[in-house]
Amino acid sequence: MSSDSGRHAQSSTLLDRGDERLKDRSGISGALKAFADGVQSGDLGSLPVVIGLAIIWTVFQTLNPVFLSPRNLVNLLFDCSTVGIISLGIVCVLMVGEIDLSVGSVSGLSSAILGVLWVRCDWPPALAFLAAVAAGCLIGWMYAQVYSRLGMPSFVATLAGLLGFLGLQLYILGPKGSINLPYDSALVQFGELLVMSPPVAYVLAAVPGALTLASRLRTAKRRKAAGLSARSLGGMALEAGLITVALEAGAYYLNFARGVPWMFALFVALVMAMNYALRSTKWGRSMFAVGGNLEAARRAGIDVQLIYTSAFALCSTLAACGGLLAAARLASANLQAGTVDVNLNAIAAAVIGGTSMFGGRGSAYSALLGIIVIQSIASGLTLLDLSSSLRYMITGAVLAIAVIVDSLARRSRVSHGRA
Amino acid sequence: MTEAAELPASDSRPLVSLRAISKNFGAVSALTEVDFDIFAGEIVALVGDNGAGKSTLIKTLAGVLQPTSGSIAFDGVPVTLPNPSAALRLGIATVFQDLALCENLDVVANIFLGRELNPLQLDEVTMEVRAWTLLGELSARIPSLREPVASLSGGQRQTVAIARSLLMNPRVILLDEPTAALGVEQTAEVLNLIERIRGRGLGVVIISHNMDVVRAVADRVAVLRLGRNNGVFPRDASNHALVSAITGAEDNAVSRRASGGSRPSSPNRGSH
Repeated sequence: MSSDSGRHAQSSTLLDRGDERLKDRSGISGALKAFADGVQSGDLGSLPVVIGLAIIWTVFQTLNPVFLSPRNLVNLLFDCSTVGIISLGIVCVLMVGEIDLSVGSVSGLSSAILGVLWVRCDWPPALAFLAAVAAGCLIGWMYAQVYSRLGMPSFVATLAGLLGFLGLQLYILGPKGSINLPYDSALVQFGELLVMSPPVAYVLAAVPGALTLASRLRTAKRRKAAGLSARSLGGMALEAGLITVALEAGAYYLNFARGVPWMFALFVALVMAMNYALRSTKWGRSMFAVGGNLEAARRAGIDVQLIYTSAFALCSTLAACGGLLAAARLASANLQAGTVDVNLNAIAAAVIGGTSMFGGRGSAYSALLGIIVIQSIASGLTLLDLSSSLRYMITGAVLAIAVIVDSLARRSRVSHGRA
Repeated sequence: MTEAAELPASDSRPLVSLRAISKNFGAVSALTEVDFDIFAGEIVALVGDNGAGKSTLIKTLAGVLQPTSGSIAFDGVPVTLPNPSAALRLGIATVFQDLALCENLDVVANIFLGRELNPLQLDEVTMEVRAWTLLGELSARIPSLREPVASLSGGQRQTVAIARSLLMNPRVILLDEPTAALGVEQTAEVLNLIERIRGRGLGVVIISHNMDVVRAVADRVAVLRLGRNNGVFPRDASNHALVSAITGAEDNAVSRRASGGSRPSSPNRGSH
């Protein structure tokens, strides 16, 4: 037995490449082959959404040449950021196999709290901001308690929250209705105007690629030292290079108009942080486990209730943050903030981006990709001057297609043993 | 019945010793005054018909159930097992029949689930190396540890579940029906695995309804019947003796089937 493991270490074959049943998947061609295998067996990742986005952009660009203009894309990114942050929270609850239908109401409520405390009660804006975020966190904590202690399905609990917190939003705004936020305040400037100067944009656009390359190189070095197979240098450089080129090109194009919004940078930073938390921490692993097999997670000693609490609290907190940024974007806290389509757009974005409704599968990047799809449709239809009736129908159809793709891919994964 | 096979040669003191364990569920006594010993480096099979109390006894050892009366000694020291983590801390690991693996996670993630190294920045490299080493020591053949568990066969899943339980370096491992859902080849692989675990000096308890499996690996066979001890047999005990102890009758459906049927003048007939 021990001589067996010794033989593994000494021989030239790598520890994880010893089995002859394993196909060679090293190098760039191997990586491409592995990707093709994955797609064939239903492990689609973000492929459908990228294809979908290409189709949507082509169609709208041919119908209206303004669509892909730098100016429109800058506005698109501003709009993406607010609902995208809400959608990032939805990814968390979907990951553990639950749902939060009240994110729209919570975002509206938080904007109302901000407006009332800041403008009507003259609180310092930072304190009002924190109070609104804390309210969101508290709401999520409440959902988790109701879910895990009383056994109330999250679908029903958050549906009650959808109505209840909408009512609370209207109540605290009172008969006077909307509150205009001070236009020259930092928050409103951030939500409406603040963009990067071109040099800053180019430097920041290089960051994701550099981070990717650094972490890949570190992993490869450690894997080689431990006698495990590692990715080829060419493949890693290619990946990082593609990311950097795409982002730099995007920054260059947007700089023809106002430039890259700081709010979008905040959103992307949150997505990257969430991706790290889900992929590389014990908490993230526990989230996947709870969504994949609750009983296994419980027997493994994972504090399941804590995981549910963190998922719901994070979702509502991010919903509150999104609501505050939306208020900043509109420079007002009004009665319409966070009504139905914020809710559905946030949930639809997470699902369209590739986070499974069935729990245990997904990624933070699905919020980013999904919300770009949703906002592209909204923006394109607005440019075509189509009525909101058509906009709802088309967005609904896209959501239905995304869920169908998810279900079909899931069936294929089960039959290929990659559930 | 036969008490001759009680002690193996190597170590005379049991690692775990249960004395006069009783467990009542309301008016029903699932276990009555049961004695059970586990020795290091030995496979003991726990057999009995449905409702004989095997699962209750295993759950008592795993800390899932608390006995109504009786005492448990670990390494000669009296202990209580109020919950599963207390049993784990003592070094009693359990692999339940439903393996409870996360199909969406890969083999490494499943083996280390809940015990990940370096919680704030998972140390995937060390975890993978330790998983390969562990599986290598068990001579388990799993092609890749980075595939989701959903792609593994039943035997490979059983292997992963057993490897998972060995991660904490337990001294006793309890296996509930480890071969129940497996084919011929996979059963043999898992039995080899169980023998290798014994080779590492662990005490192994295996529950099985399959007499072939029991006789293939067990050093000792403890029989429960209706919640009471019904004898401890050596591994070379005859099938007939085991079946009689399990069913509690010399004349039972199993031996009637064995002696009757296609060979009316079987030499076995009348041998009891």
